[in-house]
Amino acid sequence: MSKKIRCAIIGPGNIGTDLLYKIQRSEFLEAVWMVGIDPTSEGLLRAKDMGLKTTAEGVDGLLAHVKEDDIRIAFDATSAYVHAENSRKLNELGVLMIDLTPAAIGPFCVPPVNLDACLSSGAMNVNMVTCGGQATIPLVAAVSQVQPVSYAEIIATAASKSVGPGTRKNIDEFTRTTASAVEKVGGAKKGKAIIIINPAEPPLMMRDTVHCLVEGEPDQAAITASIHAMIAQVQKYVPGYTLVNGPVFDGNRVSIFMEVEGLGDFLPKYAGNLDIMTAAAARTAEMFAEKLLTQNVA
Amino acid sequence: MDLKGKKITVHDMCLRDGMHPKQHQISLDEMKAIAQGLDAAGVPLIEVTHGDGLGGSSLNYGFPAHSDEEYLSAVIPLMKNAKVSALLLPGIGTVEHLHMAKDLGVNTIRVATHCTEADVSEQHITEARKLGMDTVGFLMMAHMNSAEGLTKQAKLMESFGANCIYITDSAGYMLPQDVHQRVSAIRQALGSEIEIGFHGHHNLSMGVANSIAAIDAGATRIDAACAGLGAGAGNTPMEILIAVCARMGIETGVDVFGIQDVAEDLVVPIMDFPIRSDRDALTMGYAGVYGSFLLFAKRAEAKYGVSAREILVEMGRRGMVGGQEDMIEDTALTLLKQRQASA
Repeated sequence: MSKKIRCAIIGPGNIGTDLLYKIQRSEFLEAVWMVGIDPTSEGLLRAKDMGLKTTAEGVDGLLAHVKEDDIRIAFDATSAYVHAENSRKLNELGVLMIDLTPAAIGPFCVPPVNLDACLSSGAMNVNMVTCGGQATIPLVAAVSQVQPVSYAEIIATAASKSVGPGTRKNIDEFTRTTASAVEKVGGAKKGKAIIIINPAEPPLMMRDTVHCLVEGEPDQAAITASIHAMIAQVQKYVPGYTLVNGPVFDGNRVSIFMEVEGLGDFLPKYAGNLDIMTAAAARTAEMFAEKLLTQNVA
Repeated sequence: MDLKGKKITVHDMCLRDGMHPKQHQISLDEMKAIAQGLDAAGVPLIEVTHGDGLGGSSLNYGFPAHSDEEYLSAVIPLMKNAKVSALLLPGIGTVEHLHMAKDLGVNTIRVATHCTEADVSEQHITEARKLGMDTVGFLMMAHMNSAEGLTKQAKLMESFGANCIYITDSAGYMLPQDVHQRVSAIRQALGSEIEIGFHGHHNLSMGVANSIAAIDAGATRIDAACAGLGAGAGNTPMEILIAVCARMGIETGVDVFGIQDVAEDLVVPIMDFPIRSDRDALTMGYAGVYGSFLLFAKRAEAKYGVSAREILVEMGRRGMVGGQEDMIEDTALTLLKQRQASA
């Protein structure tokens, strides 16, 4: 592989920095720009030390360099409020936007469920849902691929230290966006999402519980096989995605109890919630990059 | 302790916290009759929602017999003097639920967070205040934070717009001196226009004593449930609190015999089992475990043969907080696996 696809990361906070670590390991992606708004921010300085070009003037500081630096993919790890503008400006220059905010203006992308569909749709903006969504929707889909799910509910519990001020200030966006994606991507007729923040010390590993109500008698063998196959898919990019208990079958209820241990790149291992977001975003970008690279060859 | 002449607002919990031991199945008729009884007895504020607050209807916490909309629409028009409150836990309920409650005539919104996570309440407290509602910040599992820590959290909620802050003993773990120390610290730190409240559970039979300690330390809103109908061994029993307040000269505006009759004639008859400190509820108070885990742990015991007490102690050891009902079945299964592995 001679050439990598060049990327920009907007938002040098915890998520943006963790994403940078993951991209540094990629054989398809190269992080070229880190975009922030505060010239003294630790994240920008760190990115500079790692050899990236940086700007503290937001996306406007990047726009003039998009063509000359051949930026093809941008990750937005800022907030839902500024995402729409960021996306519009970069899309105009032909840059694919991978949205890690809950803005959700583009289609939801949960890699093991609908990545191919997202990329082949030609969408120039894809949304990574939420951490709880990335950790649970694959399993809702695993069940709904076997038989219809009339209702699915997910409970995501994250360590207090791993939940940043943005999520706390706008916690409703988490519940709304996740519930909507449980339906649209997970395939449940009705979805519900609950988030719990646990302050225990030492911090607890992220836990996720998925409950599905299926139509008719659950096909236990087929559902169990589908769940295990899906977990293996997620483990390709989040090795610490682990089934703790279940699936439990109780009448038409199917319950699955997961734990998500992060890779510990920039964020500690207990922050599996953040790791699964950045890993899913990096995986989405890699698939897009692979597609671009094969097109270039052809 | 001379509290003669102190005026407090009592707030009844039996139609919200009482939904836990009823598995959220109180009928509309029961709800209407009890609310009317409380109103007639002089209770000024009555909470009505799913046990886990607005939007609590779920597999995790239980599907209720009726929606929050149905309960609120049934009760509110019948109230002559009493106002109705609703609970909201950010992460479960949203601002949409808040608007629904306001539109149905809810007077008081109580935004509840774990006692170290007040910053998740900003969206909801800000909005409730903007709507002109009586806006309460409700710090749950308050035994898990120090007086200084709680003060910081209370000040956050005050800054978002709450006009009343609660110390909430969700586990029924606190003793009178714990309550006194925490309420005093917050009373001193917050503006005098901010009310302080206390919500007790009776797992260690401290509900009434803790409430009096809170009043002595400056609390003016006290939660209690008629006949004690609430999670765990129930809330502070309202009729006992009212009698004690009457003896001490604390003014509640509630009729001593009237509230006894509501307890005896309307609330006790709807109980599915006696609300008392059985070994599991007592263990919650002793070990500091969230009150509404009780029935879930008993069900897990029946299903997996692991004792509810063992599950509850393990939940406490793992630092589980309010809302983590999903971890009860998980804990039971893990304990079962450990037992089978060592057998």
